Amino acid sequence: MTIDSKSGSGRGTGRGIALAAVRGLALSLVSLPGAVLCFVLSVVSIALIPIGVGIVTTPYVLQGVRAFANGRRVLAAEWGGVRIPPTYRPVPEDANPWGRTFGMLGDPATWRDLRWLPVDMTAGFVTALLPAVLLLYPLEGLAIAVGLWRVLPEGYWYGFVRVTGQGSALGAGALALALLFLAHFFVPRLLHGHFLLTRAVLGSPGGELAERVRVLTETRRDAVDTSAAELRRIERDLHDGAQARLVAVGMDLGTIEALLDTDPAKAKELIAQARRSSVEALAELRELVRGIHPPVLAERGLGDAVRALALRLPVATEVSVDLPGRAQAPVESAAYFAVSEVLTNAVKHSGADRVWIDLHHTDGHLRIGVTDNGRGGAVIGAGSGLTGVERRLGTFDGVLAVSSPAGGPTMVTVEIPCALS
Amino acid sequence: MRVVLAEDLFLLRDGLVRLLEAHGFEIAAAVESGPELARALAELEPDVAVVDVRLPPTHTDEGLQCALEARRRRPGLPVLVLSQHVEQLYARELLADGSGGVGYLLKDRVFDAEQFVDAVRRVAAGGTAMDPQVIQQLLARRSGGDRSPARLTPRELEVLELMAQGRTNAAIAARLVVTERAIAKHTANIFAKLGLEVSDDDNRRVLAVLAYLDRDR
Repeated sequence: MTIDSKSGSGRGTGRGIALAAVRGLALSLVSLPGAVLCFVLSVVSIALIPIGVGIVTTPYVLQGVRAFANGRRVLAAEWGGVRIPPTYRPVPEDANPWGRTFGMLGDPATWRDLRWLPVDMTAGFVTALLPAVLLLYPLEGLAIAVGLWRVLPEGYWYGFVRVTGQGSALGAGALALALLFLAHFFVPRLLHGHFLLTRAVLGSPGGELAERVRVLTETRRDAVDTSAAELRRIERDLHDGAQARLVAVGMDLGTIEALLDTDPAKAKELIAQARRSSVEALAELRELVRGIHPPVLAERGLGDAVRALALRLPVATEVSVDLPGRAQAPVESAAYFAVSEVLTNAVKHSGADRVWIDLHHTDGHLRIGVTDNGRGGAVIGAGSGLTGVERRLGTFDGVLAVSSPAGGPTMVTVEIPCALS
Repeated sequence: MRVVLAEDLFLLRDGLVRLLEAHGFEIAAAVESGPELARALAELEPDVAVVDVRLPPTHTDEGLQCALEARRRRPGLPVLVLSQHVEQLYARELLADGSGGVGYLLKDRVFDAEQFVDAVRRVAAGGTAMDPQVIQQLLARRSGGDRSPARLTPRELEVLELMAQGRTNAAIAARLVVTERAIAKHTANIFAKLGLEVSDDDNRRVLAVLAYLDRDR
């Protein structure tokens, strides 16, 4: 779990060094008072729990601490390229102050925050301030060398050099140059070191894993929910539709058997009815199968299935497919239904008269673009059906992106990591 | 008339054999998988093949591929493809070579034995038999967008639909309970509105209709 940054270790350019020094200065100015304030408030608030006041205040204080820590996480990522994923357990929305307080106190991430605060106000402060000092101090030495020594009191110490006249002032200048040379090496490293220190204390061991587990848990729950709902729908459709019709056919056949000799005309009528019922049952089964796993998808794969889908649209549609192989069946299915839903949306809401679909596979990702020339304004959420698509894709670590400015065009992009076979 | 039949479900295969034999066809072979079908088509030279789209061993579109391959080797070999579902995509592939003698029907159509047998005969004679569902999908698509240059009357749409299934004017007249002359007038109107040359070739009529419907993609 090491992510090194662009401005990571090693020497930087003059501008990079100055930037690192300024950032370090800013960090130190924020971290010391911020960390002290957060730490004091937290300690006081937790200490007040036994008399009840702490129950009310602690959640707010800890929330503040989290915000402070999260701000530093952002800076670590943006300035140092050091990722420190937050791993707080979610607090239930409707929890009472009691549950909230102890929920947060039971979270190891909270204790990591509290442990980090003293580190941040000491070691963190020093490592953030040093780059600035390392850059500013040599400037003083250089200033002394070029004449500042004249106004300084006799026996002024610059580092280990005692400035007494032009000679020793030049010595101070030499020391300044040496320091500057060191700064050239160490300033960016020190700032990076500060962020690494932050990560070492603030980051949870296996933070990314924890984050990954959280995402997986969420998507698995979604997958289980949707597949259970799907099964219920299929069962209901079979029960109310095809199954009922086949029962009716059976009953008709029984009646026909009885009527055959006594009332052939009536029997003939019933035969026609039975045939109609069976045709309808078949039509319903066909629709059901299409909803579960479209036949063309099973027979030909994603490319032709999307082509067949496009043929059924009431809108002129261009499909371009560049897939050298087939993805796994579940991925194909998810991609197909995503395209289907996006197209349904486009036809229903966009008012478009042309749609372009593009399918290709690059860098281990299946990429699908659906563009229409409609009026735009499509968003994820707002009951557009795109939310459902997003959730289904989540199961496969797939993502959905929508670009739909008012006035159009709407571009929907679906990306699913997968290998083709 | 000698028929090669390919269908993997025993019950359906058995039923089709009985149905066709009852209507005076001779079953040259009734097979249940793609490779067997390919062999039978190559060796037996039937007058018509009745083929299920989905066949073992792949259980994908093996039957359709076999039929297309056989028609590449012997252009115009009459093939009637049956399927649990119909897709325009497959209909296009069958019609693509333009040599006629193809049919593509839902399996449900065998319920109406007379019509089904009629379709087999029509295909064997070099005509076409497209499933009404394919045609309906195409027409629904056209009437959905309102950019069609030719506005057909509802009656003309009906005629076009039956025509696209591969029926003759006489059959359409019988179906709609009007005279053949009336149908001839309708078809002339349709061709005029669609800007197509009049032709007596039933097969070309379907191709022309499909080609027109297909024009703007």
